[in-house]
Amino acid sequence: MKSPTPLSSVEDRWETHMGLSFPGERAVYRGKDLFNDLKQWSWMQVYLYGITGRTFTEKQSKLFETMWIFGTSYPDPRIWNNRIGSLAGTARSTGILGLSAALAVSEANIYGGGPNIRSINFFLRAKKSLDEGKGLAEIVEEELKKHRNIYGYGRPIVNGDERLKPMLRRAEELNLADGPHTQIAFKVEKILLEGRWRLRMNITGLCAALSADQGLSEREHFMFTAPCFTAGIVPCFIEAQERQEGTFLPIRCNRIHYEGTPRRKWQTTDY
Amino acid sequence: MTDTVEKFRTRIWEEVPEPDNPFTAAACYCHGYDVYGDILGKASWIEYLYLLFSGERPSPQQIGLLEGLAVALANPGMRDPSVHAAMSGGAGGSTNASCLMAALAVGAGQLGGAHEVYHAMEYWRQCGLDLTAWRRLLLDPPQEERIDIWPAMEHPPGFDPHGVSCATPVRQTLLYLSERSPGKHLPWLQEQRDALERVAELPLAMSGVAAASFMDLNLAPQAAEMMHLLLRLPGAAVHALEQREYGWRRFPFFANAIHLTNDPGPAAAAGIHQKELEI
Repeated sequence: MKSPTPLSSVEDRWETHMGLSFPGERAVYRGKDLFNDLKQWSWMQVYLYGITGRTFTEKQSKLFETMWIFGTSYPDPRIWNNRIGSLAGTARSTGILGLSAALAVSEANIYGGGPNIRSINFFLRAKKSLDEGKGLAEIVEEELKKHRNIYGYGRPIVNGDERLKPMLRRAEELNLADGPHTQIAFKVEKILLEGRWRLRMNITGLCAALSADQGLSEREHFMFTAPCFTAGIVPCFIEAQERQEGTFLPIRCNRIHYEGTPRRKWQTTDY
Repeated sequence: MTDTVEKFRTRIWEEVPEPDNPFTAAACYCHGYDVYGDILGKASWIEYLYLLFSGERPSPQQIGLLEGLAVALANPGMRDPSVHAAMSGGAGGSTNASCLMAALAVGAGQLGGAHEVYHAMEYWRQCGLDLTAWRRLLLDPPQEERIDIWPAMEHPPGFDPHGVSCATPVRQTLLYLSERSPGKHLPWLQEQRDALERVAELPLAMSGVAAASFMDLNLAPQAAEMMHLLLRLPGAAVHALEQREYGWRRFPFFANAIHLTNDPGPAAAAGIHQKELEI
C-alpha cells in the first residue's frame, strides 16, 4: 500500500492565503486589508476577487451584476428553485432555510450550475480548438455527436430567450460585448440555426461567453453564478410568508395521478 | 377541476380524500399498501423504508442487511466532516434543519460521502464479481467525459485515501453484513478485500461496504446515494443537539490552527504602506 498521507502533519495547522480575521483589530481578505484596501469596492468586485484573486474594474463588475439581474432574477414561483422559496414561506419555515435550499437545488442539470459550467467549458474549448486551426462547424458537429447537445443553446420551455437582447445591449453599453468567446457564441448559434438543429442561444450561453471574455475559468464562472438566483427567490419567499399560511398553490388529493402497483394487503406470511 | 389540470405523476403514492375536504387525505397507499390502515403496526421502519425505495417488501434477509447497514451508518462519529458540519451549526445555535442541511451538504461529497458511494456503485456495475475487471478499472480509472459540478474523484471510490490498513469497524461491518446478505457482492468483497486493497494500494472504506450492501439490496446508484444521505443523519442530529447544549465556548475554535501566508500586516490596516514605513 502507498505510504499514508501524513494527516498528523496538518493536524491543527491550515496554511491559508485566503484570509483571516484578527478580532478586535482587522480582517485580511486574500492579502488585502478588508477595511482599507477594499473600502471602495462594490460587493460584486469583492466577490469576484474572492473567487479569482484578480481585481475587476467597476465596468466589469457591472457586467457581471447585470448577468445576475437579467439572467436569474425572475421572482416567478413556478420556476423550480424559486418554488422552494415560496413553499418555505407558505410552510412557515425561515427565510435563510428557504433561500439556501433553493440555491442548493440551483446546481441542477437543466438550468443553473450544470449548464453554466458546461457552457463556459464549451466556449473555452472551442476557442482553443479554433486557435489550433480547427473549423467552427467541425467543432459544433463533434460536440453534438459526442454529447447530443451544447449547453447554452436551446431552452427547456421555449426555444428563444427574451433575456439575450437586453443582456447584449448592456454588454455593448459597457464596451464588453465583442470578445472572442462572445463572437464564437453567436457564430455557433448561426451554425445551429442554419443546420437541422434549430437551436437558439440562451442566456446561459451568452453569460458564459461574456464571462470567458473577462478571463473566468470554468470553476470561477461556476462560483460566480452560485448566488445568482437569490434576488428571484427572496421575493417568492416573502410573498408566500406574508399571505395566510399554507395558501401557496395547495394541492388536492386527486391531483396525484397514481400509476403504480394496484392496492394490496400487507400479509404477515408474504415471504 | 377539469381533466386538463396539471397533475403529479407517481408510482409510489396514492391518496383518497376525506369526504369533507379534498385537500386532506383519508387514506394513503404506498406502492399499493394502505399506510395507516394496514402497514402501521405490521411493518418495521426498515421494512417500510425498503418498500418506499424499491416498491416491494423486503425479504427477511434484506431486512437483516438493511437493518445492519442502518446501524453501521447511523453515526459516522464526531470527527466525520458531515457530523462536524452539523455540530458547527449546533454550537452556534443554528436551526436544527440547517444542522442537517450542513450534514447533507458535506456528507454528500466524494470523500466518504454519498457521491463516493454513487461512484463505487458504478464500479460495481461495471466490474461485478470479476477481479480482473476491478484490477483494470482501479489501475486505469475512467476520465470524466464532460466537466461537471462535481470535482473529479481523487481516489478509487470505496477506498480510504488516508487509511493505513482497513479500519476495524469497516472489517467488522463487512464481516457481519456479508454473512447475512442475500446477495453476492458483500460475500465476494469479504473474500477479495485483500486483493482489491493490494491493487488500489488503499484500504477499503465504509463507503465501499455501503456500496456493496446497496448492490445486494438491488438499489440503483441514485437511490443508494439518497439512502446513504438519509441513513447517516441520526448521528449528525444528536451531535448537533449536544453541541448546542454545550455551547460555543466548549466547542473547538482552532484558535491557533490557521496560519496566514500573505498578511499585509497591521500597518496596512492603519493605512500606512510599507514604502512609507521604509522612508
